[in-house]
Amino acid sequence: MSEPHDFVLDDTVYRTSLTRRFERRRPYQPPDPRHLTAAIPGVIGNIAVAEQQAVRRGEPILVLEAMKMRNEVLSPRDGTIRTIFVKQGQMVPRGEILLEFEG
Amino acid sequence: MQKVVDFFARRSRATGGGGPKAVEKQVASGKLTARERIQLIVDPDSFHEYDLFVEHKCQDFDMNHKELPADGVITGTGKIHGHPVCLFAQDFTVAGGSLGLAHARKITKIMDHAMKLGTPLIGINDSGGARIQEGVNSLAGYGEIFYRNTQASGVIPQISVILGPCAGGAVYSPALTDFVFVVDKISRMFITGPEVIKTVLGEEISMEDLGGARVQTEVSGNAHFYAATEQECFEQIKKLVTFIPWNNRKKPDAFAPHPPRAGFDVARVIPADARDPFDVRDVVRSVCDDSDLFEVHAGWAPNIVVGFARFNGHSVGVVANQPAVLAGVLDVDSSDKAARFIRFCDAFNIPLVTFVDLPGYLPGVDQEHAGVIRHGAKLLYAYSEATVPKITVILRKAYGGGYIAMCSRHLGADFVFAWPSAEIAVMGPEGAANIIFRKEIAEAPDSEAMRRTKVLEYQQKFANPYRAAAEGHIDAVITPEETREFVVHALEISLQKAETRPPKKHGIPPF
Repeated sequence: MSEPHDFVLDDTVYRTSLTRRFERRRPYQPPDPRHLTAAIPGVIGNIAVAEQQAVRRGEPILVLEAMKMRNEVLSPRDGTIRTIFVKQGQMVPRGEILLEFEG
Repeated sequence: MQKVVDFFARRSRATGGGGPKAVEKQVASGKLTARERIQLIVDPDSFHEYDLFVEHKCQDFDMNHKELPADGVITGTGKIHGHPVCLFAQDFTVAGGSLGLAHARKITKIMDHAMKLGTPLIGINDSGGARIQEGVNSLAGYGEIFYRNTQASGVIPQISVILGPCAGGAVYSPALTDFVFVVDKISRMFITGPEVIKTVLGEEISMEDLGGARVQTEVSGNAHFYAATEQECFEQIKKLVTFIPWNNRKKPDAFAPHPPRAGFDVARVIPADARDPFDVRDVVRSVCDDSDLFEVHAGWAPNIVVGFARFNGHSVGVVANQPAVLAGVLDVDSSDKAARFIRFCDAFNIPLVTFVDLPGYLPGVDQEHAGVIRHGAKLLYAYSEATVPKITVILRKAYGGGYIAMCSRHLGADFVFAWPSAEIAVMGPEGAANIIFRKEIAEAPDSEAMRRTKVLEYQQKFANPYRAAAEGHIDAVITPEETREFVVHALEISLQKAETRPPKKHGIPPF
């Protein structure tokens, strides 16, 4: 067991060791509504939109090839695309930011 | 005479595994052979092998010319400490231990035997996976094994030993069994291997880092016992079976009583300050027979300790919060770990002894998002469902939901004891005082002094076992030195305990 650390619960400071899972916690980041992220890991297929293009909610954005399927990623909102961060053929992990909308 | 000579020739061919070359390769990779493994687990000369001459019937891909001795799996019966067991061991030297229909049918046959005879089942897994040439038949084979694992669950103890690769669908058989044993540098468990992960995700990882023994015992919790060598692993198995019964109609063997060893002093384990850590295993060791606590899942979720011990020769399942790690909080993993262990003990007539010292549940976004609500509920479910004798000893803190969850009277504990150091309360004095006396503290000229006064006030009023004792929520306040005697007495008084539950097909635990 490792060195005792201070561990606060209900305003009480306990002396205890920590677990790896606890130490590797990531601070919570609220989702940014401007970001479109990859729901599953995969490879970027055809990108149907360009930067500065206005899109409507439900409009096809790009194809994400994953789990032997060509998954069409649709726009979650109305808006203008500011930046596209990925290229066709690029492998992306889950949660990768694919593109960013204006404001 | 000729027939006997012929038989010896056949038997020798069949027991030779994949031949000298394949055996040499197995040994060179640091592994024992399937037959050696069985011999090291069972009592000397007690193993009887069956179905040695079973052959596969695959005609495709030139398989009709391939002779696979014993079809790559050894099955039979034997004894451990004189008790019967059914065993199978996959033989990696024969077609990589791959599973075809005949191989699977040998396994399901010995599983059916184990069920009928009421013996534990020990399966040694060392296999490259499905025998691709047999196509859907090898999938059928896996499915028939999983089905039997499930039928046998809670009827006979099932032990899986991972001594080689156990990948893809194959790994779901061990996952359905009660205890999974792994060995350093030998065991490899995963659903999708490094190759697939690399192709699909572009992530590179070694087999060891993905699904090796350490990872499975410390990160995923898929395996319960870690050993440095196969020999050590077999010793662990032989020890485990002394604590558990042959089947769910029996009780574990009673052993001769042994006092705790000298050097374990129960009165000296716990520090005076309830915020300071100690190793709860030392409390258990200072009160159980021979100071012998046989830990299960030792490497995973160490903020709770589960394992087997004996009190006056009677086997019990111990569940104990571990203040030395994360102050002993309940969280997703520790709830899963304890709930599963409790259900095993209940299924196999092993009384539960719970040692309580926890400040509550672990706060955090990751815990909430990981479903600490439904995982934590498993612990409540498991304790409430259990009808074996349930004995609880509250050592120090028993706050809030944690108090309820740790086999409180309210979840059906038969006996609840508390040490004078016990604090049975809704929350710790600091937190409680800050809420109850918020206004007084804020409005006082010296709010820090007021806060200290109020914390002390709360502490004196509630941070003790007597409020709970006054309500009958605990049965006795006892000294640490009286613990062993009280637990032994409670166990022996409860030997004939019979508690029934409303008839139902099965409950719906929050899996």
